[in-house]
Amino acid sequence: MRLVILDDYDLASEWAAKYIRNRIVQFKPTADRYFTLGLPTGSTPLGCYRKLIEYHKNGDLSFKYVKTFNMDEYVGLPRDHPESYHSYMWNNFFKHIDIEPQNTHILDGNASDLQAECAAFEQQITAAGGIELFVGGIGPDGHIAFNEPGSSLVSRTRVKTLAKDTIVANARFFGNDLSKVPTMTLTVGVGTVMDAREVMILITGAHKAFALYKAIEEGVNHMWTVSAFQQHPRTIFVCDEDATLELRVKTVKYFKGLMHVHNQLVEPMLSVKDYID
Amino acid sequence: MPSNKSVSDAPITQFVSCRILKDHRLQWEDLWVREGKILNPEKLFFDEEGFADHKVDCGNKIIAPGFIDVQINGGYGIDFSQASGDIRRGVAQVAKKILEHGVTSFCPTLVTSPPDIYHKVQSVHLSLPFIIELPNILVLVMLLSFSPQVIPELRVQDGGPEGAGILGIHLEGPFISEQKRGAHPPKFLRTFKAGGVADLMETYGHLDNVALVTLAPELANSAAAIRELSGRGIVVSLGHSMADLSQAEEAVQNGAIFITHLFNAMLPFHHRDPGIVGLLTSDRIPPGRMVYYGMIADGIHTHPAALRIAHRAHPAGLVLVTDAVTAMGLPPGQHSLGQQQIDIQGLHAYVAGTTTLSGSIATMDMCVRHFREVSGCTVEAALEAASLHPAQLLGVSNRKGTLEFGTDADFIVLDDTLTVRETYIAGQQVWRK
Repeated sequence: MRLVILDDYDLASEWAAKYIRNRIVQFKPTADRYFTLGLPTGSTPLGCYRKLIEYHKNGDLSFKYVKTFNMDEYVGLPRDHPESYHSYMWNNFFKHIDIEPQNTHILDGNASDLQAECAAFEQQITAAGGIELFVGGIGPDGHIAFNEPGSSLVSRTRVKTLAKDTIVANARFFGNDLSKVPTMTLTVGVGTVMDAREVMILITGAHKAFALYKAIEEGVNHMWTVSAFQQHPRTIFVCDEDATLELRVKTVKYFKGLMHVHNQLVEPMLSVKDYID
Repeated sequence: MPSNKSVSDAPITQFVSCRILKDHRLQWEDLWVREGKILNPEKLFFDEEGFADHKVDCGNKIIAPGFIDVQINGGYGIDFSQASGDIRRGVAQVAKKILEHGVTSFCPTLVTSPPDIYHKVQSVHLSLPFIIELPNILVLVMLLSFSPQVIPELRVQDGGPEGAGILGIHLEGPFISEQKRGAHPPKFLRTFKAGGVADLMETYGHLDNVALVTLAPELANSAAAIRELSGRGIVVSLGHSMADLSQAEEAVQNGAIFITHLFNAMLPFHHRDPGIVGLLTSDRIPPGRMVYYGMIADGIHTHPAALRIAHRAHPAGLVLVTDAVTAMGLPPGQHSLGQQQIDIQGLHAYVAGTTTLSGSIATMDMCVRHFREVSGCTVEAALEAASLHPAQLLGVSNRKGTLEFGTDADFIVLDDTLTVRETYIAGQQVWRK
């Protein structure tokens, strides 16, 4: 893995956004060859989305030939509820960029047959040629997407019931009323994300530090599902100082020492303006 | 890109680079319009997988709901209370000109006038119900007279490129107080003899297309009239009145919800009897109801300090009105209003030969700017006082006065000085500077 450590949230968000931008621009996506991007929700990636929007508004990045697949969605929450992940993606990302609606894919938590919906999602990913880069976050309980502790590390897209930790963590989006938080979700499986050609996990804040420690310094364990990515050939963890608080000093020093190598991935910054076809 | 919208193939316009008034705040959001209504872009994106056909760059300007003027007596030489000539054409002329002031809907106002102004000859099948209601043979005779009259000529209608829409007529008088008549002609004032429907019908003829009635609640037998009007969904407004606070409160209990040009033509606020002004902070308003009040914010009819007191006491109820008279838009000199002559001097309009104000000649956008300046309120509050609040007063805020999804796309584009630059009705540009 690559462990990229930045000083604070803003710098970490920016590094991640630069990486995504360079990957898309370098790929030179076209109508025949889309760039497929897996996307997360939650508070962690907001800074990254803001930077990506900025790059788009500056004319350096286009999402015209990008297909997106979101990780999850609540079950039973109306699609236009302000806390649904559809609303999140529209307000924080889609409405500010030039992505075409038919190229976005978010699981439908109100489908009449949830199992069929999950199976269809997997098929859509396959039909799109697989995911080029899957961006994700980590829960305080070490989960990736909504793959709660105990989820199979080879799981696929399915219905999951949320763990207490997750419900408590999400309560702040529902007026701190635990009874209002949805208890079930549709989520991509650990296996689904592992199938991506590259995975980037964003982890910021001291409250995620223990989960990061469990994910990268302990063994692969279905209780900390992010640990599965120790067995993925191309994973990048992007974090801020606070998220490293539970790691060994040796680990942190080693990866910080590699920053000049990591930064070659984001410097120079590429732009679609450079590729005039 | 080929259209793949599932709900409608009508073209979609997206207004970008603008700040729109939404949820009581100016927000950097795009405004989407389809088929004359504000469109929900998120629904369009996910449900229809649709996109905009045209994008309009607003140059970082403000988009607000179109202004609604519930008290305007005429303008540009037209007097709505006069039946001379083609009244529809006169109203249409004013309706077109006020687009320049950002007004997209209005209530043409009739001041106290002789009965023949209100009535009209009806075709037989239309007049039958009214003949049944009216016991008075005199009225029958009037109904059969053939001079042209005003009320039936002013119908509720949508706005468009021809002009602002009419939400209904505002009948200011004749059931008002003699002492507080202001510029209204004394000989046409009336009282409620029998009370209720009979007097109303006898005076007005019929009440279709009427949106507001201003009356003085201290007149005997007014309660039944107030109940009758509000029962029909007509806004009852207190004004040109000598009522004390308890009389005003009783009127509100009976259904009144508006005050006509607060402070003007009513008893002044007194600390032991606040009069009609006291309604702003009355504790005897029925629960779930709110009293709105019109303010002429032209810098002349209301002292800025009084405007501030009213605004601070009850900000949610403030409705900006122009009370514009015939002379609005015209050069200085003598002109006619109702049955009287008025004299224009600068921004003042007086009853000729007196110092009694006879309505203002300020335009709605001037009022919005003046209100903002002297009250120190936010831009959002100033804009809402001329759009959302009048719409709420008239009970039409589900389609006018806001930029909520699904409402009529009547809106204006303003710059940061709150000068109107463009006016749109049903999503179509109907005026630009």
